[in-house]
Order: sequence, then C-alpha cells, then structure tokens
Amino acid sequence: METAAKTESTHPVPSSFETSPAQYRHWKLEIDGEVARLQMAVREDEPLVPGYVLKLNSYDLGVDIELCDAVQRLRFEHPEVRTVVVGSGRDRIFCAGANIHMLAQSTHGFKVNFCKYTNETRNSIEDACRNSNQRYLAAVSGPCAGGGYELAMACDEIILIDDGSSTVALPEVPLLGVLPGTGGLTRLVDKRKVRRDRADIFSTLAEGIRGKRAVEWRLVDQIAPRSRFAQAVSDRARKLAQEASAANGSAPGPQTGITLEPLAPTVEGDTVSYRFVTLHIDRAHRTAHLTLRGPGSDQAVRSADELHALASRGELWALRAFRELDDALCRLRFHEATIGLVMVSTRGSQSDVLAADAALYAQRNHWLGREVLLAMARVLRRMDMTAKSFFAVADPESCYAGSMLELLLAADRSYVLDSEEVKFATDVLNAGSLLAANGQTRLALRSHDRPERVSEVLARGEKGPISATEADALGLCTVLADDLDFDDTLRLAVEERVSLSPDALTGMEQNLRFPGPDLSEGKIFGRLSAWQNWIFIRENATGPLGALTCYGRPERPSFDWRRT
Amino acid sequence: MTVELFEKIPNNVNLSADKRLQRALEQWLPNYISWWKEMGPDQFQESDVYLRTAISVETDGWAHFDYVRMPEYRWGIFLEPAVAGRTIGFGDHYGQPAWQEVPGEYRNTLRRIIVTQGDTEPASVEQQRMLGHTAPSLYDLRNLFQVNVEEGRHLWAMVYLLHSYFGKDGREEAEAMLERRSGDRDKPRILGAFNEPVKSWLDFYMFTMFTDRDGKFQLCALSESGFDPLSRTCKFMLTEEAHHMFVGETGVDRVVQRACELMKETGSDDPEAVIKAGGIPLDMVQRHLHLWFSLSEDLFGGEISSNAAEFFAAGLKGRYKEDSYSEHSGLNQFYEMPVPSEGGKIVMTQVPLRNAMNEVLRDGYVADCQRAVDKWNRTIERQLGDRGAAFKLSLPSRRFHRHIGIYGMNSDNYFDPSGNPISKGEFESNRSKWLPTETDRVYLQQIMRGVTEPGKIAGWIAPPARGINSRPFEFEYVRHLPA
Repeated sequence: METAAKTESTHPVPSSFETSPAQYRHWKLEIDGEVARLQMAVREDEPLVPGYVLKLNSYDLGVDIELCDAVQRLRFEHPEVRTVVVGSGRDRIFCAGANIHMLAQSTHGFKVNFCKYTNETRNSIEDACRNSNQRYLAAVSGPCAGGGYELAMACDEIILIDDGSSTVALPEVPLLGVLPGTGGLTRLVDKRKVRRDRADIFSTLAEGIRGKRAVEWRLVDQIAPRSRFAQAVSDRARKLAQEASAANGSAPGPQTGITLEPLAPTVEGDTVSYRFVTLHIDRAHRTAHLTLRGPGSDQAVRSADELHALASRGELWALRAFRELDDALCRLRFHEATIGLVMVSTRGSQSDVLAADAALYAQRNHWLGREVLLAMARVLRRMDMTAKSFFAVADPESCYAGSMLELLLAADRSYVLDSEEVKFATDVLNAGSLLAANGQTRLALRSHDRPERVSEVLARGEKGPISATEADALGLCTVLADDLDFDDTLRLAVEERVSLSPDALTGMEQNLRFPGPDLSEGKIFGRLSAWQNWIFIRENATGPLGALTCYGRPERPSFDWRRT
Repeated sequence: MTVELFEKIPNNVNLSADKRLQRALEQWLPNYISWWKEMGPDQFQESDVYLRTAISVETDGWAHFDYVRMPEYRWGIFLEPAVAGRTIGFGDHYGQPAWQEVPGEYRNTLRRIIVTQGDTEPASVEQQRMLGHTAPSLYDLRNLFQVNVEEGRHLWAMVYLLHSYFGKDGREEAEAMLERRSGDRDKPRILGAFNEPVKSWLDFYMFTMFTDRDGKFQLCALSESGFDPLSRTCKFMLTEEAHHMFVGETGVDRVVQRACELMKETGSDDPEAVIKAGGIPLDMVQRHLHLWFSLSEDLFGGEISSNAAEFFAAGLKGRYKEDSYSEHSGLNQFYEMPVPSEGGKIVMTQVPLRNAMNEVLRDGYVADCQRAVDKWNRTIERQLGDRGAAFKLSLPSRRFHRHIGIYGMNSDNYFDPSGNPISKGEFESNRSKWLPTETDRVYLQQIMRGVTEPGKIAGWIAPPARGINSRPFEFEYVRHLPA
C-alpha cells in the first residue's frame, strides 16, 4: 500500500505528549462555574504531520493529545466542574471522526497505537463520569460520524440537534471496510444498550440515523431543534451538574484545583530522564530499560490540606511519578516501534513508598486524593495495554512496595534474585485502588490460579517486608535465581524474548494478561487488538483495492469474498 | 381512498394495478395536499390558472393547457418510455444491463441522491409562495404558478421512486420531505440555496435562471443513471424544467431591456436615474446575478469529491451528455483545476477525473449560464448601442462567494468576482458593491406591486415577446384573483 511510504520518520512524532490549554490548537476550554465547555474546532491546516487536511472537525493524534490533556486538567485543575459539555466550535458539523487520509498514510503500527491512545482518552472520560463526579454531555450540533460518535458515546449523555439532516453514524464498515476504532461497536451494545439487531443495521448504514429514531434506538438520549438546542444543552448541563453535586462531594479540605506542571523530560541520546522515571533505549537488543524511583520521606502528609499543598508545589510523588511513567509509555509506543521488550526496575526506599501510599489512601475521599489514585490506575492500565513485553527485575536495590509493586504485577514475568537483601512489600493500594481494565486487582490477576492467595499475600504484607523466597511461595516471582545463575538466566530470557515474532507476542500477552471475568473496557481493547488490527492489514481494507485504500479515490474497492 | 381517485392521477406507471404504490400514495397524498394548501402559493388557491398539465408522455400529451384551480391540478407520475435493452453507460458497471430494481449495494446511496434532489422541489414552492401578490403581470403570475405546480409534480416524481423502490424507509423519507420547510431554522431544507428567501421577482427570475439550471444539469446527470426508473423519471422532468429556465432567462432579459429603455428615456447612465424612473438599474441586476450564480454553483458540491467519484464509479450519476464522451470509465484520467494552497497562491492541480465529476458538471453549467448572459448583453447592445459596453453583465469567477468546496468561505477563502484571492476584510468592504444590499431589498419591495389587469405590466419590466400557448400577452391567464 502506498501509505507505508511514510514509515518511521527519523524524528519522533509527536515530539511530545504534553500540552496545555494555552497551547491548544484544536480545542477551546471554557469554565463557567460548575459547567465547563470543551469546544472542538480543529484547524484544518495544522495536522500533526503533513499530507492530509483535518476537514470537518476530523482528528489526528495531535487533536486527541489535546483532548486527553483537557480531560486530565478538568479533573485536577477544575475539580469544581460537575458537567463538561463536549461540543463543536464549527458550524453545522460536530465531528467527522478520525481523519481517513491520515489513517491511510500511516503505518500499521501507528494506526493501532493511535486507536489505542484515543480509546484511552475516551476511557478517561468515562472514568471521570464514573469516579470523579464529573458528568460529560455531548452536544451534537451537526453530523457526527465514526470517531465523532464514539467520542459522543464516551460521554454520559448525548443531545443531538434535530434539524432533519444531522445524524449520528458509524460508517466504518460500509464506507471503509474496517471497524470503528475506539470501541464504538462495544459501547453501542454494552454501554448504550442498543438492541443488537438494530446495532447491526446502524453499523452498516453509512449515512447514520437522525432525529426521533436516534432516540428510539437509544443512539442518543435527547434531540432538540436548532432554535432550542443551545438552551436544551445548557439546561441539561445544569441539571447534570446539580445531580452530580448532590451525588457525593469531596471530603473536607481545599476544593480548589492544582496546576499540572510540565514534565519536560530531558532527552539525551537514547535516554529520556524525568525526575522519577528514566527510560533508556538499547536499540541493539531491541530492549528498553524503564526505571521508576520512589519518593523521599516528605510524602507522609496527615491531612487533605497538606496533600493539596504538596501537590500545589508540584512535589506530590505519586502524581508526578505516574505522570512521568505515562509519558514514558507513550514515547515507547509511538517512538520506539522496534523495541519489543521493556525491562522494568524500581529504586528507592520501601518504607517511604508505603508511607506515601498510606498518606494518599487516607485522603481517598478528598477529591485530590481520589484523583491521584485514579490517575495512577489509568497509567497502570496504559501499561497493561502496551504492546511490548514487560519483564520486571528485582534485585537488592529494587523497591517493589505498594503502588510500585504494581509494576511487577503488571509485568508479563518477574525475574527475582534469590537474595536475603531482596524484599517486597504490599499495602492497601494493592487491594483494590489500582484496578486493571477488567475490574480486577493485579494481585488477583497474578493469583488467578489460587484466588485465596490474594488475601494471604495482603495479610503477609501487613506483617512487614516479604523476602524473595516467601514472595516466590506466594506466587510473585516468575523466576527466582541465585546470584550464580541470575545474570545468565536474565540474559537468556531477554535474548529469547526479542527473537520471537512481535505480532505473536502482542497477541499472546494480551490473551494472558487478563484472566478471568472482563468488563467493557477490557473487551474493547481485546477486540480492538484482535479484530480491528487484523482487519486493518487485510487486503479487503488496505490492499491495493481495499476499501480504506480506495476511499476518496477514483477506484472502487474490490473484495476477496471468502470469509474466514 | 377510492380507486377512482387513483384513476384521476395521470400516469404511465400502471398505478391502477400497483397495490404497493396505491398504499403508499393513500398515506402520502392527503399530506401532500395539506402541504400544498399550507405552503403553496399564498391566497391563490381558488383562482383559475391557465396551466399546462402533463397527461401522457406522447408529444401531444405532456402539454395540455386549460384553466385549473391549483389544488385540483392533476399531478401525475410519468417516466420517459423505456428503451429496450438499455445498458449502463459509464463507471465500473459499463455495458451491463441497466437496473430495473434498486441494487442493494447502492440502495442507501441512491436513496440519498433521490431525497436530496426531491427535497429541492417543494423547497422552491415554499421559497416562492408570497410572490403571487407582487407579480408584474398576469402572464408572469401564471408562469410563477406553472413553475410551482410543476415543482410539485417533480416532487411526485421523486416520491414515486421512493414509494416504489425503497420500502418503508422510502415512505418515511417521502413524508419527511413534506415536513421540512425552506428557511426554517429547525427544519431546513437540505441544500443551502433552497433556504435562501426568494424575496422579489428579480430573485425569482434569477432563481429560475440559475438555480433551476442547476436542476437541469443534475437531472441530466441522473438521467444517465444505471438505475433505469431514475433515469426515465429525470428525462421526463427535463421537458418541464426547460420552461422554468425560460421564465428566468427571459425574465431577467425583460428587466434588462426595461432598464435600458429607461436609460434611453432619461438620457442618464446614473443608476439613480433608472431608480427614479421606477426601473431596476443594471448594477442591481449584476449584484443579484452574483448572488444567485454563486449560490447555485454551491449546489454542484465540492470540486474534489469522494461522493462524486463513488456516484460515477457505481453508475448512479453520469456526466452531462455522457454519450458525447468516448471514454466512460473515468479512470486513469485527470482534470486540471486551480486549487488554493498555502500562502494564498492558486496552484493548478491534477485531480483524478472521477473525483472531479462535480466540476465537470459545473463546467457545462457555467457555459450554459454564459450563453444566457451573452444574450442579455445583446439586449443591452441592441438598446444602448456603444453606450451599452460599460453596462455589460458578467458571470463572476466560480471562486467568488462560495460557501463550500475548495473555494468556500468556510475555509476562509475569499475571492473577488474576477477570482483573485483577497482578504476577508476586502471582501466585506466590497460586499455592498458585489452582492444585493438591504437598500436594494427595500427598493425592490417598494416597486413590486401586483399588476392584475390583463394586458398591463409593471413599470420595471418589459412585456414578453409573446404569450403562452400562442395566446396573446393580453390573455387573462389567471382568473378569480383574491380580493
């Protein structure tokens, strides 16, 4: 396909995943008391890379990085906001979805990571709806297709303008021969409870559905004519804000927001250095080394005020360190396609981590404590969903305690040095504050062979540091090796791992990381990784006469009719 | 509804034996009549109008003249007679037998094409519904109503397709066409130009000249369609559309002629002199020409269009006179067009022909419009001689005052009437020079007073060269006018 022409460029795209409202090119964020308005007005001529025009409020990664930032800042910087109205700043168009020409010119890997990232942004919206006491309302003032409708579906409610022509639509199947890339089909039936036969019709109807039928089919919650649309949106936004305010507030303490300061890592050669995170790329071995350092002794705050003050100074370790980890994961995904294995290590004082975790957990009912915990959980989920192998390495300097132990639990394997000096520690954050996408703790996912072990591990953790041999008995070590074997064992494991098919590994890891029951969020990623990615590379989508290839071109697609 | 009623509907689609069509019409017809009474010509529903009615597709049948009250007009359903063995004339299905039933693969696309075309028909009736009160003569009043009833019939033609070939969805779309209203903020018509008010008779002539001419080109392109019933329906509609464009083309011509006469009478080139004499000065005509030509160009769609490519590839919508081309796949060919690019420059760009089909159709349209403008300019020359050279009318560049596509102002593209890129500020400061102004509107409203005496005509327009159906201009084309 002609598209692969733009393969990995020498300079990374995007150069950074950080932005702020003052720098937004495509969104406008306005706060009016309890109601925020997030207006999408994509600048056509400012795509992330040259080669396509962002017409009709279509988006690319650059647009979504801003949305992701806005959602995050709404939580931390504007905790007073109870309703976020997601609307369009363009006349007679809501959003036409992901830019098709951008997808057509992107590499497969970029497409997949783009879909994953945008889906994580939508999940973060749903996380705010579910857990942050912020309601999202999609004000669909014009045609809303594909990713545009998926964005609307990520919101709690959708109001659609009833002008006789504006529709909501998922035209991917009939128009492009692919699937909606950010969980549209799953959200349609799982979240919005659209009857599955109707969902079948809807998903094959390129032009979409408008007006009353859109309400009848549960595709939207409400319709309003143009003359009353703005009023209907603002009425509903106020109503949702009232409901949210009445629902459950924040515990006493400062209710004003904190500023998310820039991370601004330094990049030197193949090393990206943050305050608490270091990412080093070893290209020769297609391996990355990701190190997370623990906090100092200054994190044991005793009140919401102290927590707020610490965070306001940009010194709250949990928030800073996990934001850095998030940024490093995005870089790994988008900048380091050929890196297949990430060696995870931790450094620091276990007692300081446990103290920091405990202090944070004590403020879980205060908005800031809650938001920090939710943010940490989202970062760990980003790690779970990253298509790289993760091997955690535990040595005498390691610091796998509490929240930092989650990195070991998230990893595909853990290599532990059999030494008196290697210790592990658990705390309350391992017991349900940092859930994976399927609603399980990582301890439970690690112990699914013997579920009773979850409480054993936690009970043992309460008594103090866990030795390597005990950890092995409790199922925390994949490989326990003494100092004579350790280095060689690790070397062989790494060399073997990076020799295996990257595609097979991605599929295998995603199959194995989430044993047991599943939730919508997990399903979406699973299906995205499997079906969408498969369809993307089939001739019927991206072959010379595939539907995605032919879209907008003079030729019409031609299919290989054999079903698999 | 009784069988007799169906029998009164002129048709060549075997309506009396078509149970499915009968059922659909049974629902739709009463709503259509209510719509006509509510949104059709204001207050003239009881008048007798000397109208042409199509009662068959034979040469003597499609133009039957008589007095009729509009709600009793015999709207009918006519398709051009079928051509045995017709094949698809372009696109990927070239040479295959034309479809007599809707191919499932293209059902939704075809429905959208038909609904978009159909929606324009009642829209124009709505846009023009107040004009009856200010007609310059009974001849013009009759022409207005003729246009109106035939737009009604064109709606029937599209509704017939929806009813006969698109099942329940089609019936719902047919209902929806009676629910939308031109210019209504909440239930607007689908296309922009059909929501613009037709405020004066000058607008009406411009509309029938430029906007109905878009209709002609769309119908020509659709009459090439591989879906045979659509093709045959559009072919028959074209015979009626010709009269609408005649009304517009000669209407503007008569306004121009009158302006020239007044310039001669007053001996002044000053537009104000024409205004003082009660006429419409040529610069005002030019401003309206700018407006309606540009609005109508938008109706062709984007210059570079994936829809256009899809419609052509699928064999749904061809080119104007597809037969005149030697190659019908449209593949591996390019169309060169000027495309605005960075830094305000315009760069000649090769666009794959299929994606440029809207522009190809627009080319034919622009040439056709130019022919009419040339004719108006000959009238100016005839009237004013050399003195007329300074008053020649002209089509603006197709980049001027566009709302969609690569030249659209929605993408912050502004051009002067010659097509030179300008800033938004320059455009706005020249707006009153280039486009109709509020002063124009007030003035036109002021001079437009209905003239209802047979043989008389308003002072701002010249009488027509001849009457309708060989009747004289003095003929009482409309009787029983509202008090």
